[in-house]
Amino acid sequence: MSNRIYVFKVFERFWHWSQAGLIIFLLTTGFEIHGSYTLIGFEDAVSYHTIAAWTLVGLWVFAIFWHFTTGEWKQYIPTMQKVDAMIKYYAFGIFTDAPHPFKATTLKKHNQLQHLSYLGVMLFISPLIWSTAWIYIFYDNWVAWGWDKYLSLEWVAFFHTVAAFMMLLFLIVHLYLTTAGHTPTSHIKAMITGWEETD
Amino acid sequence: MLLGKRMLALVMVVGTVVTVSMAWASTDPAPAPTQSIAPGAHSYVPDAEKKSTSTADHSKFKELEGPFATGPEVTKACLTCHTEAAKQVHKSKHWTWEFLNPQSKQRLGKKNVINNFCTAVPSNYEFCTACHAGYGWKDQNFDFTSQENVDCLVCHESTGTYRKLPGLAGHPPYADMEFPPKSGKIVKAPDLKAVAQSVGKTGRKNCGACHFYGGGGDAVKHGDLDSSLGEPSKYLDVHMDKDGLNFTCGTCHVTTGHEVPGSRYTPTAVPETSAHMRGKDSKNLATCQSCHTNTPHDVAKLNSHTDKIACQTCHIPEFARGGKPTKMVWDWSTAGKLDKDGKPFKVKDSGGHDAYDSKKGDFKYETNVIPEYVWFNGTVNYTLRETKLDPSRVVKINSFEGSAEDGKSKIWPVKIFRGKQPYDVGSNQLLVFHTYGKDDSALWSNFNWDKAIEYGMKEIGAEYSGKYAFVETEMSWPITHMVAPKDDALTCAQCHSPSGGVGRLDNVPGIYMPGRRANELLNTGGWGLAGLALVGVLGHGTIRIFSARKGAKK
Repeated sequence: MSNRIYVFKVFERFWHWSQAGLIIFLLTTGFEIHGSYTLIGFEDAVSYHTIAAWTLVGLWVFAIFWHFTTGEWKQYIPTMQKVDAMIKYYAFGIFTDAPHPFKATTLKKHNQLQHLSYLGVMLFISPLIWSTAWIYIFYDNWVAWGWDKYLSLEWVAFFHTVAAFMMLLFLIVHLYLTTAGHTPTSHIKAMITGWEETD
Repeated sequence: MLLGKRMLALVMVVGTVVTVSMAWASTDPAPAPTQSIAPGAHSYVPDAEKKSTSTADHSKFKELEGPFATGPEVTKACLTCHTEAAKQVHKSKHWTWEFLNPQSKQRLGKKNVINNFCTAVPSNYEFCTACHAGYGWKDQNFDFTSQENVDCLVCHESTGTYRKLPGLAGHPPYADMEFPPKSGKIVKAPDLKAVAQSVGKTGRKNCGACHFYGGGGDAVKHGDLDSSLGEPSKYLDVHMDKDGLNFTCGTCHVTTGHEVPGSRYTPTAVPETSAHMRGKDSKNLATCQSCHTNTPHDVAKLNSHTDKIACQTCHIPEFARGGKPTKMVWDWSTAGKLDKDGKPFKVKDSGGHDAYDSKKGDFKYETNVIPEYVWFNGTVNYTLRETKLDPSRVVKINSFEGSAEDGKSKIWPVKIFRGKQPYDVGSNQLLVFHTYGKDDSALWSNFNWDKAIEYGMKEIGAEYSGKYAFVETEMSWPITHMVAPKDDALTCAQCHSPSGGVGRLDNVPGIYMPGRRANELLNTGGWGLAGLALVGVLGHGTIRIFSARKGAKK
């Protein structure tokens, strides 16, 4: 007997998928610029990477606005409650078909590990990516703003790439954990339709 | 209704695809050589090369009716109206062949430096001064104050028939003569009256008469200056394009009072960043920035390169682009070999150019040469004859100063000319030797190095130990002419090529180059962790699948 609850609203789903697409695209073009492979050519990779980055900025402006006006930002307040239960579930329970220790509700859509990892993305990886990207984009103005005394392009690029690798790590683990719901596809369906199946 | 919506969606999808593919196509590099006429956007066409806009027709002047027996006679006629011209020329490098570098205090100029082409002027005046803007400089006693010995014609005539031949000390032949000697080719004596009446503004071929042929032949010396620039296509030079903008040399090298701006002794390596307002000050106008500013690109990302990269680096993708091969190597040490009949000989390369000449040694020519790239701040230091050298190392005839850190350098394309030439084993100094002359000491007449060096050193009054050997030398030439149309400029990937390829600036230190110089530690760590994560989730997933099957069996 399965129940369905409405977890993700339209804007959230739109935000999630457009952000997912942009991040994958940014990773792909970014690592080409980094020199890891040749796919669309350096020149195009640079211009599309820049366009995608500004698009993501635009998306975030809307997302931040949405989170604050709807109060959804509270979903990201960190808590250590039941983190051990989640770790235990992923490490053991998931293999023995133990019940999922977390039940999503409209008011509480992330489990405790998700809490922490999304918070990590938002408070650490993203700021590192954003700040280094902006410093990079405004390279032309370094001299005029007096930044050239404190910055070197090499280190700005270094930290931007560090953050990109972290984002890649997050993506790999995140993609896998989408299959770790009540059924392998229940999380994915929820993010598409908004409705999550529960026991 | 539904059909209508579907059609609309289809149209939108197709539209998007077309737009995207068009955008894609527009970023493709255009096919190489373009010969098209310049777009109408530029209406300014300096046409000194084609028809004169001068207010004076010199063929109508009584003073120029002649007859003229010699060049100096023509000059006297010029000076009757242009009373100050010779005095102006007297102050210029074209006349003095001397330049005192104000920073290094080195005494330079053709008269003083030893290069690694024909090496040195002293003891070879009659030959070398075919390119002197004067008449009669055949030895050290030339009178530099003589006004009538200024050669007005070589820079101002427009018939193309006036040719100064090596060996005549700056004079043209006054009677038909065989040149080169024993070649069977006859050079006609110019009709000095016609030549004098043709004078006007200096055109490309006037400058080219010497500057295209430096180093002993067409294209030999500079690599970015040769006779192909006489009537260049747009592909060869976007500004000098004979069917387009049709610039002369003087369009950029704006000359006042016979002083021509632009110098290889004190080049402007890092020009002013804003366009140069005429009349405001007297800085060098012969720079890209003086018209284009330092931010001329529509794409901001390209402008962010101009703080470190000279325009020439991207916009002159190769030198010797006009089909004329330039000399890259000159090894004097093999000069003097004679064939079994005791006669000098030549060996041609597959392109029909001299690969060996008994007079000069071994050569290597190349066309469409990819430049080498160096940091350059405009300071050039020369190895002069007086300079003590270390013969165990390559001697830099001139060296370009500059670095990533000094804050006043840019990355420049250069031609590096490599050779071997004689030095004094006793004093560890470069040698002056006598190549040309109607005596029995000239290298090109008797192929005896000992005599040629002794004669050359005596000529300049310098000590010679009597023992010589050959040392490897290098000379750097900034590449700044033969500017390609923008479609033929370097593409991003030619420097920012992914690891494994060859990037143009691979050997330039002190720059971070996205796509090229990734931090290997970061790469190993990043990809390593990503790989571990992948293995981890795949392992986790596999265990889940197996445990689920077990559970199902139970």
